Amino acid sequence: MFVLLLKRIAFMVITMIVVSVLLFLLLEISPGSVATKVLGPYSSEEQRNLWLEQHGYFEPIYVRYFSWLGNFVTGDFGESIRFKVPVSEVLWPRLGNTVILGVAVFAVMIPLSLVLGILAGMREGSKLDRTISVTSIITTSVPEFASAVFLSALFVFWLKWLPGTSGMAEGFNLKELVLPVMVLVLYDFGYVARMTRASMVEVMTMPYIRTAVLKGLPYNKVILKHALRNALVAPFTVIMLQINWLLSGVIIVEFFFAYKGFGALLLEASLNQDIFLIEACAMVAVFVAVATQTIADVGYTYLNPRIRFS
Amino acid sequence: MRTLASFALLRESWVGMIGAGIIVFWILVAVFAQLISPFDPLATLQPFAKPGTTYAKGGIFLLGTDHIGRDILSRLIWGSRTVLVYAPLATFTAYVVGILMGLAAGYRRGWVDDVLSRISDIILSFPVLVLYIIIIATIGASGVNIIIAITFASAPGIMRIVRGLVLDLRNRDYVAAAQTRGESAWRIMLVEILPNARGPLIVDACLRMGYVIITIGVLGFLGLGLPPPDPDWGGMINETRQMAMAFPHMALFPCMAISSLILGFNLLADGLREISLRD
Repeated sequence: MFVLLLKRIAFMVITMIVVSVLLFLLLEISPGSVATKVLGPYSSEEQRNLWLEQHGYFEPIYVRYFSWLGNFVTGDFGESIRFKVPVSEVLWPRLGNTVILGVAVFAVMIPLSLVLGILAGMREGSKLDRTISVTSIITTSVPEFASAVFLSALFVFWLKWLPGTSGMAEGFNLKELVLPVMVLVLYDFGYVARMTRASMVEVMTMPYIRTAVLKGLPYNKVILKHALRNALVAPFTVIMLQINWLLSGVIIVEFFFAYKGFGALLLEASLNQDIFLIEACAMVAVFVAVATQTIADVGYTYLNPRIRFS
Repeated sequence: MRTLASFALLRESWVGMIGAGIIVFWILVAVFAQLISPFDPLATLQPFAKPGTTYAKGGIFLLGTDHIGRDILSRLIWGSRTVLVYAPLATFTAYVVGILMGLAAGYRRGWVDDVLSRISDIILSFPVLVLYIIIIATIGASGVNIIIAITFASAPGIMRIVRGLVLDLRNRDYVAAAQTRGESAWRIMLVEILPNARGPLIVDACLRMGYVIITIGVLGFLGLGLPPPDPDWGGMINETRQMAMAFPHMALFPCMAISSLILGFNLLADGLREISLRD
């Protein structure tokens, strides 16, 4: 268990380092283009050279990488070209907004998909099972940007129940959170429900379930006390891995609804070639993704006694 | 031949049949775009026309027009060509790279496997859209670059599946027989092993095609797709989404088109999987 944890953390650190090298090479390999991006296309040759001199860009690339890495680890991400403030000043509040969105999505998605998955998996091949399976195929086939358009047309244009943008201009507004959450849940619950169903179906064929039924336990007790505990191990991993997916989903949803979150920031940074902001956003995104993978792996081992004690 | 046979078996799965039907429908639309498209997809005729409006110079805008007056139905019809050319092309390139990586990793084992697997782990740990956005924003949006980005992001996943299948197949008798005959390693991988791994790969390819269509749509939607003015479903949604509150039809129909095509591939994959599990 402890060895596994160490292994996973080592993998995490190595991944982060490799990603940071790749990002650095991709974005900062040529100092000239960095200076052009920072100072704008109309800056003069002398201005650029002066800036490069001041910021140590005439050092060899590995020296630059390590000084960049050193600054990065201590939380100095440089200055955003677009927002004209230190990157950390824009990054953390935006990330906070995305956390709010993400928590809301999970609070709705997890209970919904688990219940549907368990109901479908309890009796494989039943009418309910087929209905839930087909519904989840359909909802997973509608990409987030399309369901955003469908739901906006329905709730904003025809019913006029909800606001069409989520800029939160007048402070936090729960109503503005409804559509983004709905779009993300709609796309993802089908997948988690199918995974839960598969896990439940597998558990239901186990001999100990048959034993429990044959010894006369009431059916709901068999499900709640015997089946669920084992059936929920796999969905735990799946749910943790959904955080990685959510990082992609929020980009689309935040862009569509003008929600001031991390995903919209990353997109804006990329479209404007705001290199220091791209670097910071990408590293944060990869960190979150790798960290949740680590938690999923370690958690799976912890929850599954057959692996834990072997 | 067995591949054909499993497509013939598709008749037994109504889910798969519906999926295949949707895909065939869009392929026909793309092939006969010239014949069935009522207007020129690039011509600016009459802006903000609602669906069903009659055009003064003849014809009806069945699905309305967009903000600069182009007929939406015609753009949808021509846009099906874009997606049905780029999605299979990108999936195919990703598969070629992924299969070669997977065969090498699974058959050679050792350091080849270690290196390829670690590279895949790292690429797969990226949130996929973050990867696409950074790649496309850096190398620029064009058809070729979209294919490169999709190959880069999808090949590792394909490699993992192929590697797993190869690890299972490499110990079979017919592989040992080929080795005894002195066949070259690549011949064994491509002629002996690969054809026997095709079942799960075909199902995965259908699902992946769905994802690639989503990706192409998302990139267009985010403004990172194919450069205008050629009709592209994702791009159509991007251009008109600001007007979606007042004129929802402009973005609604491209969304329906793209969702139906993705659904087609997902249903087909489900049907094929159901059949492959049966025997």
